[in-house]
Amino acid sequence: MGLAFLFYAFDLSLESQEGFDQVVNALQTNFLVKFVIWGVVSALMYHFVAGVKHLFMDMGYFEELESGRSAAIANIVIAAVLIVLAGVWIW
Amino acid sequence: MVTQITSFGRSGLYDWMMQRVSAVVLSLYTVFIIGYLLLNPDLTYDQWSALFEATWMRIFSLMVLLSIGMHSWIGLWSISTDYIKATGARFFFQSLCGLVMFVYIVWGVQVLWGL
Repeated sequence: MGLAFLFYAFDLSLESQEGFDQVVNALQTNFLVKFVIWGVVSALMYHFVAGVKHLFMDMGYFEELESGRSAAIANIVIAAVLIVLAGVWIW
Repeated sequence: MVTQITSFGRSGLYDWMMQRVSAVVLSLYTVFIIGYLLLNPDLTYDQWSALFEATWMRIFSLMVLLSIGMHSWIGLWSISTDYIKATGARFFFQSLCGLVMFVYIVWGVQVLWGL
């Protein structure tokens, strides 16, 4: 879902100088664009952290109840931090 | 043994591996792009387009495009086979996913090498 927006921005930003300026300007001034890109980046950050956790799980970590639970909590905390940082970066 | 025709690979193990391989490629690209944007706050069009004209970046980006296709197919396939029990609905959903993925890959190639 989010990729639709990213591909559109990717396409526009490489098409021409005007397209690039349009993307930069929108990302700097347009509230809705900022909100959408923040949403997409947030979803990606959560997915990214959970994915890394899964890779560790494939190597045999976080498989007991306690370790699994603490890894899950860490996942949420780390993702939340990244999402806030992304918000600061975007706004 | 259920014969699978809609999964990505012929075996579940193949899908499992390709899911991880594509995940690593995608995560490297994500870190690279975000790092690149952070390190170049006043990025110019010339700089940005030059980046994507470099062959290594085109190879990397194409690898990512294909990884997006693989990763999302395998991921959405496992979701759809878990939750969409009605065969017709599931097949429609998977076809839609396939179509969207194909569009994204072609669109990406178009951006990188388009006229």
